Amino acid sequence: MSELEVHATEWHTRDFPTAAKDLLQDSQTRKNVQHATNVIQGKRNTVVAELPDWEDLREAGSQVRAHALRHLDYYLTQFEENCTRAGGHVHWASDAAEANRIILGLVQKHQATEVIKIKTMTSEEVGLNAHLEANGIRPIETDLAELIIQMGKDRPSHFVAPALHVNRQQVRAMFQREMNLPDLGDEPEDLATAARNYLREKFLRIKVAISGGNFLIADSGGICITESEGNGRMCLTLPDVLISIVGIEKVIPSYRDLEIFLQTLPRSATGERMNPYNSTWCGVHPGDGPQEFHVVLLDNGRSPILADKEASQTLKCIRCAACLNACPVYHQTGGHAYESVYAGPIGAILTPQLQSMKEGRSLPYASSLCGACYEVCPVKINIPEVLIHLRGKVVREDQATLGGKLSLWNIGMQAAAFLFKDSGRLAMAEHMGQIGQKVLVSKNGFIEWMPLMLSGWTQTRDLKAMPAQSFRDWWAKEKSPNASANLRAEGRSND
Amino acid sequence: MTETSHHRATILASIRLSLGTPQTADQIAAEYATIKRTYRRYGTMNHDELVDFFEDRLREYDAGVYRAELNAIASTISAILTKRGKHGLVMPSGIPKSWLPQAFDFEQIDDEDAYRIDRSEGVMTGCTVAIAETGSIVLQNAPGQGPRILSLVPDYHLCVVRAGQIVSQVPEAFDRLAGSSSLPTTFVSGPSATADIEMTRIKGVHGPRFLDVLIVNDATA
Amino acid sequence: MRISLFITCYNDALFPETGKAVVSVLERLGHEIEFRPEQTCCGQMHWNTGYLREAVPIIRHFVRVYQDAETVVIPSSSCVAMMRDHYVKAAEMDGDAKLVAEVEALLPRIYEFSEFLVRGLGIEDVGASYPHKVTYHASCHSMRSLHLGDIPIRLLKNVRGLDLQPIQNIQECCGFGGTFSIKNADVSSAMLADKVRNVLNTGAEVCTAVDNSCLMHLYGSLHRQRTFVRTAHLAEILASGHADSPGVVA
Repeated sequence: MSELEVHATEWHTRDFPTAAKDLLQDSQTRKNVQHATNVIQGKRNTVVAELPDWEDLREAGSQVRAHALRHLDYYLTQFEENCTRAGGHVHWASDAAEANRIILGLVQKHQATEVIKIKTMTSEEVGLNAHLEANGIRPIETDLAELIIQMGKDRPSHFVAPALHVNRQQVRAMFQREMNLPDLGDEPEDLATAARNYLREKFLRIKVAISGGNFLIADSGGICITESEGNGRMCLTLPDVLISIVGIEKVIPSYRDLEIFLQTLPRSATGERMNPYNSTWCGVHPGDGPQEFHVVLLDNGRSPILADKEASQTLKCIRCAACLNACPVYHQTGGHAYESVYAGPIGAILTPQLQSMKEGRSLPYASSLCGACYEVCPVKINIPEVLIHLRGKVVREDQATLGGKLSLWNIGMQAAAFLFKDSGRLAMAEHMGQIGQKVLVSKNGFIEWMPLMLSGWTQTRDLKAMPAQSFRDWWAKEKSPNASANLRAEGRSND
Repeated sequence: MTETSHHRATILASIRLSLGTPQTADQIAAEYATIKRTYRRYGTMNHDELVDFFEDRLREYDAGVYRAELNAIASTISAILTKRGKHGLVMPSGIPKSWLPQAFDFEQIDDEDAYRIDRSEGVMTGCTVAIAETGSIVLQNAPGQGPRILSLVPDYHLCVVRAGQIVSQVPEAFDRLAGSSSLPTTFVSGPSATADIEMTRIKGVHGPRFLDVLIVNDATA
Repeated sequence: MRISLFITCYNDALFPETGKAVVSVLERLGHEIEFRPEQTCCGQMHWNTGYLREAVPIIRHFVRVYQDAETVVIPSSSCVAMMRDHYVKAAEMDGDAKLVAEVEALLPRIYEFSEFLVRGLGIEDVGASYPHKVTYHASCHSMRSLHLGDIPIRLLKNVRGLDLQPIQNIQECCGFGGTFSIKNADVSSAMLADKVRNVLNTGAEVCTAVDNSCLMHLYGSLHRQRTFVRTAHLAEILASGHADSPGVVA
């Protein structure tokens, strides 16, 4: 395809199976996604294999994050105290509206009509760009991938490589148009140079920058940002005013804890021993960087998750996206099928919880429970366990409604549970099945169509008919203590 | 201000409601101390091997790598700059005069004039610590390194690393950084790159595209 | 040894030949097999689909049936994974301390079939012969929950005449995932298509695994596409090559 076809998806409008079905038709995106995730996975496996202490790092990282979450109020207030002492301003936002209000106010206070931004999913989560634009302020994304998304009026599909679903011909078309470069080549170097020139004048000129944060460091009152391109360093260093919006769960107790995450994060996220640039700073430092610094601590649904003992491990996430790269479901659909800022396995557990289970209820089912995500998670989030836990919540909530109680799924599952509690019932059901299936079994002994939701199976798969005799019947007839007598009566023996 | 403090109170209350009975600072510190840290802190290479290893990692990033004895720093820098076709560099305060070869123009920058720095041919700095395993150089706002803008905006960075500043592992580097966590700090591991276009790592987006590292043998230091 | 066979609900109804093969292999090795007719299901379908409360009585029934069994062998790694990964949690969720204790006492005596042969009995050669080109599909539970490693491969390598072909992308899920194959049929089919392509690329006539759930899924497509590639549970291959053995069902 020569023109970029954008997926300007709205969040939370379709359930996962519907969105997935649509995206499975998009072979260009699927090809891009599979290529990208295969490359990162391969690199990740190589650099992880180099470390003899990888499992020790995972365990330590998991314990540090779990500890920080268990004492989140303590560490957040410690961060606030130390950041303030270093000259920073700490703001608290319970929800998206408050975060947007605070940030807009700060930008307007400085009469800025443009702001430069470092990639932050947290700002996507609150819809910051739309809010700024509605108030006459132009936010300019400076990450190459986010720039691509912004120019394409698209949505991110992966939080480390947001434009993973786009290939370079599509990028070139966009840059040619938006940067007025009709003769632009499509080699990656050409595209990177175009971005460098386009953004350089903005870095040097624009006075207000907005960032996210990878980690909030409690004991120093500092923030750590990891990146590859240098746009982060530009936004953190050149402007007069820096505003960072960071989820409250991102806190770590001590600066030294970075010694764990600066090993596990780059290797998991981009398959590198270390990403090109990591920046840490505390508040403001005279003669070095922005002299006015604000951090907006965002709750937006995170704090209630801490109460759920089974699911609070979700908040350990350090946003490496290794689970996306490993997920066989994500490989097929890409990120837009999840219709939320956070896609893939972590998205499937984080999004519904942030929404208090009101949105994203189909996301916990967007998984075959294969466990590849848990295997690669650098902080050992047991995603399959949380998926099942959230499925339990969805089922219980549905069962509390009449419609849910009477749904085909619920009736079917209740009936199956009834059968599974008693072997006599189960055997009878098997016999009924053996007879009842006959109407569906074709001449070759296979079932090629089944009704209702079971048609999902037979769309693409045959089903061998149930054998005439179950194992338990065979055993009873041929092998059990009664069998010998029966067989002798038939003139056979089982010696 | 009342609005923010209302949100602050709401968030903290919500967190405390979720977490249940709070613990004291001492109890929290005690629990923190029990975290299992069985990962490696130190490498097993001897120092010469370590420096060679660091050099290999830098070369993988297409950084230029040079070695010099303590008494040959200036002459080596002269050769490096000649090779790069540079006539001079900007630098922070705190660079030893003995490092500076005569025939070149070294301008000390004491402010953050971005446009002036952008016009320079490149920058020279020292560093705080370097990590061999990851090929990383750590820069801080300190004498000989300067503010962050200075090593960011120019297209060329010449970094002088004393061999004694090179450690093996990331945790070991953090031992050395323990006292300076409040300084603006940048870990540099190769020239800037992006992998956003079809996962091909492309060098040369925004930070310095060209990096030379001069490793000084300070075995006596 | 007196071995209690848990056939599993789906093997009982759909793959009785696998059960017959397990019996054949273990009896040939000199062990006595018992089959407790009260057995039903391990509860994973309900548990994994989110019907957590409904799974508990099914779990309790399993534990009661096998409480005093010496050894339980199960030709299904997903059922064993259910037990090891979730039974304790399910009992705790139900607040049943007695059930928790019963589960913890029973778990060490439960084995998946191939795991039992190699880790339980120390046997890698069961004297089978099966002169066909075969590829091995590693089910997710066998890899990530049971950590079987190369146990099935070691067993297959000792089957006389068997030509074992490695499969690409062995770590990637086939897309069955229980009710996932219905609830997300389109994605499941897409994952299946990739896995089938990998199977076909091996040139094997037969695809084997330690789980009939994956095999049912794979065969559903292999047959629909009229590829004439068959599937067979590992037990059936290990039971092959004797005059009176049940062998592999075509």
